[in-house]
Amino acid sequence: MNERPFDEGGLCLIPSEEGIPRALLPLDLPENYLREARFLKSSGARLKGIWGATSETPSLYAAFLLKEGLVVLSLSLARSTLSFPSLSGLFPAAGRFERTVRDLFGFRPEGLSDLRLQTNHGLWARPPLSDPDNPLASDSPSSPPENYPFVRVSGEGVHEIPVGPVHAGIIEPGHFRFSVVGEKVLRLETRMGYTHKGIASLFHGRSLAEGARLASRISGDSAVACSLVFSQAVEQAAGIAPSEGSRFVRAILLERERIANHLGDLGALGNDAGLGAALSLFSRLRERLHRTSLTVFGHRLLFDTIVPGGVSASLSASAIGHLLGECDDLTREISQLERIYADHGGLQDRFQNTGILLPEVAHLYGVGGVAGRASGQAFDARVDHRGDPTHRFAPALSLDHTGDVAARVRIRFLEIFESLIFTRSLLLHLPEPPLSMALPDAPEPREGCALVEGFRGEVIGWVRLLQGEVLESVHIQDPSPLLWHALEAATPGNLVADFPLINKSFNPSYSGTDL
Amino acid sequence: MWKLLWKILKTGNLTEAQKTDPGCATPSEYRHSAAIRHLDAGSCNGCELELSALENPVVSLGSRGLSFVASPRHADILLVTGPVTCHMREALEITSEAMPSPKRTVAVGDCAKDGGIFRGSYAVLDGLPQVMEVDVFVPGCPPKPEEIVEGLLRAFAEKKQTT
Repeated sequence: MNERPFDEGGLCLIPSEEGIPRALLPLDLPENYLREARFLKSSGARLKGIWGATSETPSLYAAFLLKEGLVVLSLSLARSTLSFPSLSGLFPAAGRFERTVRDLFGFRPEGLSDLRLQTNHGLWARPPLSDPDNPLASDSPSSPPENYPFVRVSGEGVHEIPVGPVHAGIIEPGHFRFSVVGEKVLRLETRMGYTHKGIASLFHGRSLAEGARLASRISGDSAVACSLVFSQAVEQAAGIAPSEGSRFVRAILLERERIANHLGDLGALGNDAGLGAALSLFSRLRERLHRTSLTVFGHRLLFDTIVPGGVSASLSASAIGHLLGECDDLTREISQLERIYADHGGLQDRFQNTGILLPEVAHLYGVGGVAGRASGQAFDARVDHRGDPTHRFAPALSLDHTGDVAARVRIRFLEIFESLIFTRSLLLHLPEPPLSMALPDAPEPREGCALVEGFRGEVIGWVRLLQGEVLESVHIQDPSPLLWHALEAATPGNLVADFPLINKSFNPSYSGTDL
Repeated sequence: MWKLLWKILKTGNLTEAQKTDPGCATPSEYRHSAAIRHLDAGSCNGCELELSALENPVVSLGSRGLSFVASPRHADILLVTGPVTCHMREALEITSEAMPSPKRTVAVGDCAKDGGIFRGSYAVLDGLPQVMEVDVFVPGCPPKPEEIVEGLLRAFAEKKQTT
């Protein structure tokens, strides 16, 4: 690969001891930002997130994922304009990130045609995270939420079905607008922001321990992934690497979270396709995992198990034996369930050719994780990049090309088996007990970034630390915003009744999107 | 199909015996069924995972006469999770108004109690009591399934006392 974006800035991707190689590239001029983004696009990079920060200078950050590693561009904005060039022409997923930055920080995306409110629903007079002294930031247009202009589809027999924010069932809130003719969906548009909790403002001024607690609660189902990416970013900023034992335990925790969520999704997918027994059979295994997590790690959903510098739990010999036994039982049970799914004509009939996400669309929107790998996107951060000692046992890449619900079901089964084998190897080769490391303090502000393969896909983390280990700004980017794009692309052409199945097969987090 | 039937038969009944607590309605007192409408008012989805776990065969909420329903018009209990974000306030109030009386409100999780870890943010209203009257609180981050079941049964015990 051409090395331009990194050697010009005097930077190269730093191979890190834990996780994938990564680089932070500070830029001053908007034209440089645009040029680097163009170059990254031509190198096959996927956009993973854009966010803002107001430290001494208002800044914009954009994270890109290359085969080689993670690149985060940071652009300092001029106080007199607060404007930045939009990347929506290069990366179609950029628009919604940029609208959120505009809603929250008052920065102006230049060249973005869609300027509808995204995360701000018109309840705040000025962007809530904007600099109060800068009059430029305050003129945010606001409109009442009910007047949100969804894109209209016209034609004979076309009508709209509004769904949400409150859905039927135990689900998070968000709005879906279907344009349908008969039973067929012509267009789906999602509208999020209902669970916006102002996470960025809550991180500001917190200690590292409090920050890790908050990171666990960005999206409860990805508590391990979010707190791990937060901790890795802090560790990069502080220039330390956690002990080998900690890294093994972290990897085990991440796999437990993945297995539990995949089991939940597989059961719910069977249930949505009319096989109620599947939900019971899978949720029973999931309950077992949660109970073991409570006994061994102290929390059913593994909240607060990862802290900057290490982990909060260590494994006794009896706990290791318990976990190994569980791996064996799960492998046996899930193999039986996989056969049942594969042989069930009714299930396969609903799964196959439903909600197809084409590989080129997946690439265009930068979709990774289960959804990406079911559509031919051959990337898994655990497989491709680990300077880590755990890399010796790294799981094999699970890949499919059909991109339908059936493919996403197959990928989940494959990943569970790989995760179980990976966990087993980690448990058998667990080095010394994990030791938490103290973080060295430094007088000047420091930044760090990281990427973790969560159960949905790549979770990005970025932190800016001040003296005394106080957090100034933190951004944790769940892959869910990209999955909403994928869902919108995969749903048209399908029946309205198949939507719950398609939605479940992507399973994006609303809380992880709205932050 | 035979594999599935065999698996179901072999798995058997996994539901655990109900624990009775002096504070909550015992199964013998508990003769009626109740319908729950869950509303996520900005939760991190940790509480939702535990609410889903209520329906697994081990906890088996349905065997205690409690079930989740889709419409607030069918519901006796409004179960709210999350710190109540500004953006969910309106939907929360409309849902509550759509429920027939008598109804009970249960706040599940530390966030629904007082905003929890999200307390003080510009985007949240610091808990359900800021918006409506709450009958039962179930603290925890997130509370365990058995604690949620106990809270739901307590909603009935307290109702018995007040009626």
